[in-house]
Amino acid sequence: MKAVITVIGKDMVGILAKVSALCARHNVNVVEVTQTVMQDLFAMIMLADISAMAVDFSVLVDEMESLGKELGLSVHVMHEDIFNSMHRI
Amino acid sequence: MINVSDILETVTMIQDENLDIRTITMGISLLDCCDSNISRSCRRVYDKITSRARDLVKTGEEIEKKYGIPIINKRISVTPIAMLAAASGGDPVEYALTLERAAQTVGVNFIGGYTALVHKGFAAGDLELIRSIPEALSRTEHVCSSVNIGATKSGINMDAVRMMGGVVKQCSELTADRDCIGSAKLVVFCNAPEDNPFMAGAFHGPGEPDCVLNVGVSGPGVVRAALAKSGDCSIDEVADIVKKTAFKITRMGQLVGDAASRMLGVPFGIVDLSLAPTPAVGDSVAHILEEMGLETCGAHGTTACLALLNDAVKKGGVMASSRVGGLSGAFIPVTEDAGMIHAARVGALSIEKLEAMTAVCSVGLDMIVIPGDTSAEVISGIIADEAAIGMVNSKTTAVRIIPAIGKGIGEELEFGGLLGSGPVMKVNTASPARFIARGGHIPAPLQSLKN
Repeated sequence: MKAVITVIGKDMVGILAKVSALCARHNVNVVEVTQTVMQDLFAMIMLADISAMAVDFSVLVDEMESLGKELGLSVHVMHEDIFNSMHRI
Repeated sequence: MINVSDILETVTMIQDENLDIRTITMGISLLDCCDSNISRSCRRVYDKITSRARDLVKTGEEIEKKYGIPIINKRISVTPIAMLAAASGGDPVEYALTLERAAQTVGVNFIGGYTALVHKGFAAGDLELIRSIPEALSRTEHVCSSVNIGATKSGINMDAVRMMGGVVKQCSELTADRDCIGSAKLVVFCNAPEDNPFMAGAFHGPGEPDCVLNVGVSGPGVVRAALAKSGDCSIDEVADIVKKTAFKITRMGQLVGDAASRMLGVPFGIVDLSLAPTPAVGDSVAHILEEMGLETCGAHGTTACLALLNDAVKKGGVMASSRVGGLSGAFIPVTEDAGMIHAARVGALSIEKLEAMTAVCSVGLDMIVIPGDTSAEVISGIIADEAAIGMVNSKTTAVRIIPAIGKGIGEELEFGGLLGSGPVMKVNTASPARFIARGGHIPAPLQSLKN
């Protein structure tokens, strides 16, 4: 089972570190990271393995959201199924 | 890994373009709750609804979290209550109060099925139920009602049409202190679908299984944004963009429906391929039509744009879902759509134009505020016209109009929430009274003889 973590906002020092630290705390394994800059916006997408996650999915969602608020970024965690079903036939 | 731009597209759709699941609606059959004693019948109804739908809201919220997709409403539809009233006798309002209690217990947003199907005539329980609708809707908050008065296969029951003109008006009168909300919860149908998840017209048809889960998707904002990005392309391309977008939206509906039915242990019914607007800015069907190139919704050309939109939504959606049903098409509820509200306020949109639009989309004259002094016969005339369009074109049509008691042109009603607000629209007051008073039955059209 995998989750997609998206981080969108202004680039700054330590985004990757803070998001991955949170993942590590809950035993979420980051499988892949992609970063792009769209116009002025920084967009980071992480694919994370949540099969051995130590907490409920909703806890990870809430904690990522509040981390986003703290950093002034928009951080979302969504199950990979939604992307697979919307973009693959 | 999934394509980065696909991921960002989905996130933008949800965060900025109001993509959401409008509703997961659990259909529950109450046929096994029938009893000759109305109190016993009501108790069984309450017990069945509250046990079947106990986890509906919680499951909906879990899915929202898991996929990051908002599910705006959780709803229940039940077997037409007229069928239960037929067995039990007594005052059908008892059932409405029972449904209300059950809805509050499980925490759903609406419960539909205070319904009678009378397209070919009245059976036991039907007349009593129809007469009780105004009281039932004024004494409850979550209960929605519908009456099917016509069908392509059976023609139009003009006695029912005559009754419904008065019922619609009474619904407004009894709730005049609450912006006439009663009539906003009542739909008069022709060709009503049995698996529709959308309110106020949802009911669980007698041909449906014991318990089933239907999903209604939304996403006018996504379609508009996709069109805006494409600039001045040809109309063929417009159709293509709508189709592709509808595919994505519907796949999401299918995913959510599958997940919910698995978690609840209830079979998945259908995805309703609909573009359902909300009053929120950026979630309007009218704005899609304007994006296609109309100055204001209601301008000449609106019907053509809507026909294209409606067809492309279905073509895109049908491949994305294993089972499609319900109303499936673009909705044009005036008070629930920021663009329609604007068009009605500036006078670009008339009831006559809306009537033409209903011939090419789902569903009908929906959430239209009319002057409070409109006669019951004129309302019946509006219902008859709309039913005729549905009957002849073999499609669902419906009337949900709200007579604004004590108000006239230039004034507005404010319902709040998904129901929105809207100006009183002008109605042609020439009287159809003699026609309506005839009663009887309009025979089924030649289109019904398909065998």
